[in-house]
Amino acid sequence: MERLNQKTKMTASIIACIALVVLLVLSYTNTGTTSMLRSVLQLGSIYALAAASMNLLNGFTGLFSLGHAGFMAIGAYTYAVLTIPVNKKANVYYLYGVADSLANVALPNWLGLIIGGIAAAIIAALIGAAVLRLKSDYFAIATLGLAEIVRICVASSPMARITNGSLGLKNIPGFTNIGFIPAYFVPFIVVAICLVIMFLLINCSYGRAFKAIREDEIAAEAMGINLARHKQMSFIISSFFAGIAGALLAMFLGAIQSTTFPLMLTYNILLIVVIGGMGSLSGSIISAFLVIAAKEWWLRFLDVEQYIGDWQVPLLRTGFRMVVFSVILMVVVLFWRQGIMGQKEFSWDGVYNFFRRLKTKFRGKNTKAAAEGGNANE
Amino acid sequence: MTNFLQYILAGISIGSIYALIAIGYTMVYGILRLINFAHGDIFMMAAYFMIFAMVDFMIPWYISMFIMIIATIVLGVLIEKIAYKPLRTAPRMSIMISAIGVSYLLQNLATYLFSALPKQYPSIPILNTTVHFGEASTSLVTILTPIICVGCVFGLLALVKYTKVGMAMRAVSKDFETAQLMGIQINNIISLTFVIGCGLAAVGSILYFTPRPSVFPLAGSLPGLKCFVAAVFGGIGSIPGAVVGGFVVGMCETFMKAVGLSEFSDVFTFVLLIIVLMFRPTGLFGEKMAEKV
Repeated sequence: MERLNQKTKMTASIIACIALVVLLVLSYTNTGTTSMLRSVLQLGSIYALAAASMNLLNGFTGLFSLGHAGFMAIGAYTYAVLTIPVNKKANVYYLYGVADSLANVALPNWLGLIIGGIAAAIIAALIGAAVLRLKSDYFAIATLGLAEIVRICVASSPMARITNGSLGLKNIPGFTNIGFIPAYFVPFIVVAICLVIMFLLINCSYGRAFKAIREDEIAAEAMGINLARHKQMSFIISSFFAGIAGALLAMFLGAIQSTTFPLMLTYNILLIVVIGGMGSLSGSIISAFLVIAAKEWWLRFLDVEQYIGDWQVPLLRTGFRMVVFSVILMVVVLFWRQGIMGQKEFSWDGVYNFFRRLKTKFRGKNTKAAAEGGNANE
Repeated sequence: MTNFLQYILAGISIGSIYALIAIGYTMVYGILRLINFAHGDIFMMAAYFMIFAMVDFMIPWYISMFIMIIATIVLGVLIEKIAYKPLRTAPRMSIMISAIGVSYLLQNLATYLFSALPKQYPSIPILNTTVHFGEASTSLVTILTPIICVGCVFGLLALVKYTKVGMAMRAVSKDFETAQLMGIQINNIISLTFVIGCGLAAVGSILYFTPRPSVFPLAGSLPGLKCFVAAVFGGIGSIPGAVVGGFVVGMCETFMKAVGLSEFSDVFTFVLLIIVLMFRPTGLFGEKMAEKV
């Protein structure tokens, strides 16, 4: 493995960052871009945050949790309940009326967002103490149960004056301009900040402790890592970011119901994590954008009946997109278990070596072909 | 009093269906150490097979029942061969993800093939006749369900206890590798486990959907989860445990509904799961396993 020197890497990173920002700005200013591209980018960034936070728990700490949709629901509902403007509340809670203590509460967006994350983290802290003692698959089932409990409770009648029961909440304030920055960029900025925090976390001693727990709990304990404390921490941090992702999703959608956060959502995020590689944050980010773009945009044509001349292309009809999508996922799970990135993070060395390998492979093939051709002539 | 009797009957009936499905979970877990997330969806597919056979092909119910059970078994074994067998040496997390992937695929496939709209389950005339018990009245299927369930369970227990195949199954669930060294055909035993589990799920699906109005692609997911809770409650890996767990979950659910908290009946099931896991992680009849370093 060849290594690039520090200076080249710095330049490459700066160029890449500028290129990303320029592309984002172009996607905003260019009138040619479809609104599809914009919403795919926004949704992709939200899913990237959700997937990265799940990866922190599943891929880095080795705690297989299936409760992500529940924590996203907590974040989303907390945000929505606290930020719906006072004058629109009567319209939203038209059937049950609004709880008296909430009637005059309308916090600014950013505060609601943070409180949404904190609410998810607090619930995680309360539950974590009990649930984290469980071993692998039991933990998965317990967290799955928790997500269902959250979902049912949110839609239940005693909560109706807060969460509006099964009717769900609407008129949720979306992204707004921050100073001179247009609203379109807000999710990218929030997600970028959260991801940077996560990258810093996995590269410090806590992150290394998480990885040690993933590799071998007993060995990690023998090395002096406090298992309970680190597992608890990973669970809380992951839930915090899941809550933020949920709140962003609520902002993006503008209306939420308990059915916005089904078990299927957890599965979707899990599959993004698996495709990206369990234990690689950059893998999760890349695969989130790829998966969302494929699912919401590139594969859309599979849902519509198509004709070539008079001949109707078989199989294409509503629902086929998801079948194709799940088959792709099964293929990844069965034959490409490492996912895009495996456990490695994105690095310029990796990119450089990848292209070098490609080059030698290509060249190898050429020389081999030439040699074979020569043999045939003889 | 009449009401009480009716609730008891309903509780026993739903409990025995849960028991039938929970056996599928518990047997697969006992042998492969895998939570078969797709089991609830296999149960749902069984209902669609029945609709297909009876409504689309107009086959009489007693024949279509057999066709449906065989189709479900074939589906289950195929899933095992395609999605679980290649991952036998992989880490447990990979197999679990594969199981989740299969569940996702089955749900999407059902939505595609049969549309997301609920379909009416064909009525089997004999099962829907009303029976009177003093003042309480109920349909025959409610009475028949526990009887069929008990019959299946005793048959299964006899199979596991007294036959050579049963002995092989017990050996495999005790120790995978040693069993293999003793000349047991692991793959056959695993296939057999899936045959039994899916067969029982198919029987369960007839009994579950007959008194209910309709089938839809997500119909299997919640019952599947509840049955898994039942299996964990009784101690996963133990067949009598799954049966007891199934009855407990079914009874609790019915009584929550009786008290007027039907919204929270599912919450109660999951709370029960978490409480059991916290105080007795191996369930009522589960064996404790020491971790080897």
